[in-house]
Amino acid sequence: MDAIQGKALKYGDGVNTDVIIPGKYLIYTDYKELAKHAMEGIDPNFLKKLGERKIIVAGTNFGCGSSREQAPIALKYAGVQCILADSFARIFYRNAINIGLPILECERISDNVGDGDELRIDFKGGSVEDISKRTKLKTNPVPDFLLEIMEKGLIEYMKDKRDKI
Amino acid sequence: MNIIEKIMAKASGRNDVHAGDIVEAKIDKAMMNDITAPLALEAFERMGGDEVWNKDRVIIVLDHLVPANTDQSANLHRILRTFAKKQSLKYFYDIGRGGVCHQIMMENHVKPGEMIVGADSHTCTYGAVGAFATGIGSTEIASVLLSGKLWFKVPKAVNIIVNGKLNPPVAPKDLILYTIGQFKADGATYMGINFSGEAVHNMSVDGRMTICNMVVEMGAKNGIVEPDDKTTEYLKARRLAPFEFINEDPKAEYDRVEEYDTSGLESMVAVPPSVDNVRPVSEVGNVDIDQAVIGSCTNGRLEDLRIAARILHGRKVKNNVRALAIPASQEVYVDAIGEGIIDTFVKAGVLVCNPNCGPCYGGHLGLLAAGETCISSTNRNFIGRMGSPKAMIYLASPATVAASAVTGKITDPRAFEA
Repeated sequence: MDAIQGKALKYGDGVNTDVIIPGKYLIYTDYKELAKHAMEGIDPNFLKKLGERKIIVAGTNFGCGSSREQAPIALKYAGVQCILADSFARIFYRNAINIGLPILECERISDNVGDGDELRIDFKGGSVEDISKRTKLKTNPVPDFLLEIMEKGLIEYMKDKRDKI
Repeated sequence: MNIIEKIMAKASGRNDVHAGDIVEAKIDKAMMNDITAPLALEAFERMGGDEVWNKDRVIIVLDHLVPANTDQSANLHRILRTFAKKQSLKYFYDIGRGGVCHQIMMENHVKPGEMIVGADSHTCTYGAVGAFATGIGSTEIASVLLSGKLWFKVPKAVNIIVNGKLNPPVAPKDLILYTIGQFKADGATYMGINFSGEAVHNMSVDGRMTICNMVVEMGAKNGIVEPDDKTTEYLKARRLAPFEFINEDPKAEYDRVEEYDTSGLESMVAVPPSVDNVRPVSEVGNVDIDQAVIGSCTNGRLEDLRIAARILHGRKVKNNVRALAIPASQEVYVDAIGEGIIDTFVKAGVLVCNPNCGPCYGGHLGLLAAGETCISSTNRNFIGRMGSPKAMIYLASPATVAASAVTGKITDPRAFEA
């Protein structure tokens, strides 16, 4: 996967799965229907703001709460290209990667990046560049197999692996 | 090795594993419910899945949308019914035959030392009988349905030693709320939590389920209690024999050790909008309530209903307050009828609902309007969790919820101890 570039849309600490996709919408299996309600619990203007800003930057424990995969699905199909946070909750982290939504833990990112800043994320090299501020934060480089899952999702990854056997 | 490392070593066919190791483990049981299974089955098909790896080890429970509240819900149920039939799954818990998925797993399936995954975050409940159990997402459980295996990082473990006794009405729920208040919502992210000490050893398996259930609220991967005589008694009564204990080694290592003393512990309340915003009920202040809920995978068991009934017996739910009681399973329901608990609830003005998850996650039954306040024995008080984002949710033990239902404001259950 190549680097991702775009503007930051910022949220705080502890953004949980219930605000990302409220429980009442879990009756839907259509990804586009889920996407219509993404972040509805925390920011009714999320979809409007997402117009030009495609990278979510958040504080600690992003995605805490339920195991609902509908949470990263709603964000991905709403148009989010990548999520950067100080830290992620365990199940959300794995779910996002498994559905092919790029996600990266980056310590103190929420202190160092402003809302609307232009960012460039290099997964392989392990860095987040804030083009607006001309600063660069280091992250752990993402290993190749994980990049491959992030890019195409676990379903395609498993299929490809089976086909190769 | 500690108990988590020992279970992971066994499941991955290794003699020795330690925190940080990546292992591929054989899964003993995989559980899904009606809001996570539909996505999982879609992923299973797209992965090229034909038959599940073991039809006796895949368990599906309908509990989140029970009975179906919309035609979409009914359709999700139909998809699962069709799948269970086509795959000849041995365990499919349809409406009226089961209850809340974690309760069903603990009543009929979980054994000590097993490695279990569930597509629901509160799967960590099963540590109550000494199993390793954790919640995963739908796509990931689809890969388990295919292969019967999953990779894990062996978690760093915390040993929480709880000394002293829990003095009723202080309950296991108060202990876990206190613990989450200490750790905070991300204080145990990725870690395994081992509960030990006098208070845990004196705790029933029902109570151990409550404390293991909520470790995910501080980010943990699993919670576990070493099996003992109480575990044996529970499993035998449930006809879950034969089983084998896995216990920790004499020199088990933990990344962190915390020691608590419960002698002075009061009833605790998690104040909105987060589960880690915990204070003693005496410090919550004057809070009027509109709704009181007793139920869920956290606190909908017989022991929970019993203590609530003791407080509600011969009393009435306060005017303008609505109270719901939700037995966690059909079995709990029948036992509660046998003990006169349901009779007490109905006479007190409590609406007794069928076993389901509904109000806890805001999907179905008993939702809140903007500006309303609820006290609940459930597990999350996030903004919008039980309906309107403008409603307030306080979490507490069944005793505190019942006491509050009677007075109409958040109340220390000691007021009813006379």
